[in-house]
Amino acid sequence: MNTVSSWRAVRLIAKRELNTRLRTRSFVIGTAVLLVILMGYVLLQSTLIGNEDKSKVGLSGQTAGIAQQLQTAGAALGEKIETVTVADPAQGRAQVENGDLDALLSGNATELKVLVKSDLDTKLRALLNGVSQQEVLNGILSESQESPEQVMRTVHQTQVEVDSIKPPDPEKSQRMVIGLIMAVLLYMSIVTYGTLVAQGVVEEKSSRVVEILLSTVRPWHLLLGKVIGLGLVGLTQLVIIGGAGLIVASATNVLTLSGVATGALLWGVVWYLLGFLLYATVYGAMGSLVSRQEDTQSVIGPVNIVLILGFVVGFNLLTQAPDGTGTKILSLVPLLSPVLMPARIAAGTVEVWEIALSLGLTVAAIALFTWLGARIYQNSVLKVGSRIKLTEALRG
Amino acid sequence: MSEGKLEIDRISKKYGAKVALDEVSFEVQPGELFGFVGSNGAGKTTTMRIVLGVLSADSGQVRLGGAPITHETRTHIGYMPEERGLYPKMKVLEQLVYLAELHGMSANDAHRSAENWIARLGLTERRKDEVQKLSLGNQQRVQLAAALVHDPRVLVLDEPFSGLDPLAVDVMSGVLREKAATGVPVVFSSHQLDLVERLCDRVGIIRSGRMVASGTVGELTADAGNGLVVTAPNAAPGWASAVPGVRSVEQNGPTAILELEAGADDQAVLAAALATGPVTEFTKRRRSLTELFRDAVAEKPAAQGVSA
Repeated sequence: MNTVSSWRAVRLIAKRELNTRLRTRSFVIGTAVLLVILMGYVLLQSTLIGNEDKSKVGLSGQTAGIAQQLQTAGAALGEKIETVTVADPAQGRAQVENGDLDALLSGNATELKVLVKSDLDTKLRALLNGVSQQEVLNGILSESQESPEQVMRTVHQTQVEVDSIKPPDPEKSQRMVIGLIMAVLLYMSIVTYGTLVAQGVVEEKSSRVVEILLSTVRPWHLLLGKVIGLGLVGLTQLVIIGGAGLIVASATNVLTLSGVATGALLWGVVWYLLGFLLYATVYGAMGSLVSRQEDTQSVIGPVNIVLILGFVVGFNLLTQAPDGTGTKILSLVPLLSPVLMPARIAAGTVEVWEIALSLGLTVAAIALFTWLGARIYQNSVLKVGSRIKLTEALRG
Repeated sequence: MSEGKLEIDRISKKYGAKVALDEVSFEVQPGELFGFVGSNGAGKTTTMRIVLGVLSADSGQVRLGGAPITHETRTHIGYMPEERGLYPKMKVLEQLVYLAELHGMSANDAHRSAENWIARLGLTERRKDEVQKLSLGNQQRVQLAAALVHDPRVLVLDEPFSGLDPLAVDVMSGVLREKAATGVPVVFSSHQLDLVERLCDRVGIIRSGRMVASGTVGELTADAGNGLVVTAPNAAPGWASAVPGVRSVEQNGPTAILELEAGADDQAVLAAALATGPVTEFTKRRRSLTELFRDAVAEKPAAQGVSA
C-alpha cells in the first residue's frame, strides 16, 4: 500500500523547487549579472590600488638633479614618485595638459617652479617644499661652519614617540569592505528568495493546484518543502558568487586576507541560512493571504520594508561607527542580525558573547516566526478570493 | 485492489453562523458509481473537500473500508477539485510524475503510470509541453490523468464533466465505468442530470446542506407516483377523465400524459383508449431524474438550512 512519509513529501516538494528554479533563465542570468557586477568592482579596486598614491613628475633643466631626493622623500611618506627627465619644456607642458605627467618641474633645486594642470596635490606640494627647503637649508649650513650631514642626522633622529592604547589593525579597511559586501549579499539573497517563496505560494493558490496538493500532503509539508528548496537555490547562488569573488579578488591581489574572507563567507552561509529561515515562512505566510500574483507586492511590502530599513540604517552605522553602541544593539535584534552580524564578524569588531547571543536570539525568533507563519499559512492557503485579513488568518 | 466502501457519516460544517452541511450521510460501495447532485451552493464541494481532508468537518466521520479515514488512507483517493488546477509552467509528464510521487508512488512506478495515462488520454504528443500551452480540452485531460495517475482506490470527482466536449464526455464516462469495474467506489458531482441518470448506479440529492434523497435512480423515481403516456389519434380531448383515479396532466396533440392515483387500474385506461380507436403508444412513464431533482429541490422552500 502506498503512503507518503512526511520526510519524503517535504523532500519531493523541495526537489521540485530546486529543479524548476535552477533551470530557469532568470536564475542563470541573475547569477551571471551579480557575478559581473562583483568582478567589475574587484577589478576597479585592483586598478585603483595600482594607481593609488603614485605621481609622475617631469623634471626639466637643472631640476633633473633632484630625482633621487624626490624618490627618497616620497618613499618616506608612502608616496610613490616616478620621475622622467623632460628635455623640451614645451613637450613637458603638453604632457601635463593631457595628463601624462602630474607635474612638471623647472627652475632649480632651491627655487622650484611647478607646472600642474589645475591644482597641485597637497602631498606632492609638501614633498616638493620639503625637498626645496632641504636644499636651501643645506646651502645655509654649508655657509656656516657646521657639517650639513651632521646637523641633518641630529634633526632626523628627533621623532615623536607614539604610544597607542589599542594597536591599529592594518587590515581594518579591508575587513570592513569584506563585511559590507557580505551584508549586501545577504540582504539581497534574503529579499530575493523570500520574495520567491511568497510568489510560489501565490502561484499555487492562483492556479488552484494547491487543493490537489493538500489532498495528499499537509500544509506544513508544502510550506517547509518550498522554504528548503528555495533556500538551497539561494545558497547555491550565494556560494557561487561568494566563492568566485573570493578567488578573483585573491588572484588580483585586491584581497590579501583570504583567510578572513573565507571565514566571512562561511559565517555568511550560516547567517544566510538563519536569516532565510527567519524570513521565508513570514514571506510564505504573507503570500498565502492573497490569491492573485498582482497582490503579492502589497502583502510582502511590510516585510521588505523591515529588511530595507534594517539594512540601510545598519549599513550606515557600520561604516560610520563600527564599534558604536547603536551598531551593537541593532545587530543583536533578531530581525536584523542576519544582515548585520556577519558584517560585524567580518569587520572584526564583535565579541564572542555577542555572536552567541545573537545566534540564540535568532534561533528563538525562527521558532516563533515559523509557528506564526505556519499558522497563518494553514488558515489561509485554501481561501481563494479577496485578500484575507492577518488577524483573521491568525485566529483561524 | 479495493479499499472497501466509502462512508460519509453525519458530517456537519458551519461557516460562522452559516450552516453549510447538516448531518450529511451517504455511502458508496466498491465498484459503484455514485452521482452527487444538488444546486450550486448546496454543499457538494464542501462535502468532497471534507472527504479529502482539505477542509475539516465540525462533526461526523468519513470512513473508508469501515475505518475512519486518515491522512495516509487519503493519499489513495483520486481527486478532481471543482476549481481545476495544475502548475501552469510545468510540463505534462513532469507534473503527472510529481503528483504520483507525492501520492506515494516510487519514481519508477510514477513514470510508468504517467506515461500510461498520457498515452490512454491521447496526450502523447503534448507530454513535453507546459500545461499552460495546451488547449482547454487537453488541460481537462491532464486534470483527469492527475486524478488517476497514482492508481487511486477511491475516486472523488467534483464536476468532472463540466466544460467537456461530447467526445471528452465519452472518454470520461468510459474511464469512470472502467475504474468502478475494478472495484473502486466512484463519487462524482454533476449538473448534467441525464448523464448522471445514464451512468450512475445510485444517486444522492443534496439541498441546502441536507441530503434529501438517496438511492438507485429506479428507487427514487418509482415511488414518485405512476404515470402513463398514451397516444390515441382518434380520441377526443379529456377521454381519460372518465376512468376513476386518473388525471390528465398534459395533452400534446394525440398524446396524453396521465397520472394515476394509487390503486387506479391502468388496464381500464387502455380499454378506454382502445374504445376511441387505434392506440399507437401505451407506456408506463418514469419520471426523469431532472423532474425528481426539481421536485426535491423545490420541496419545503422554508426549510431552516441556509444555502452555503
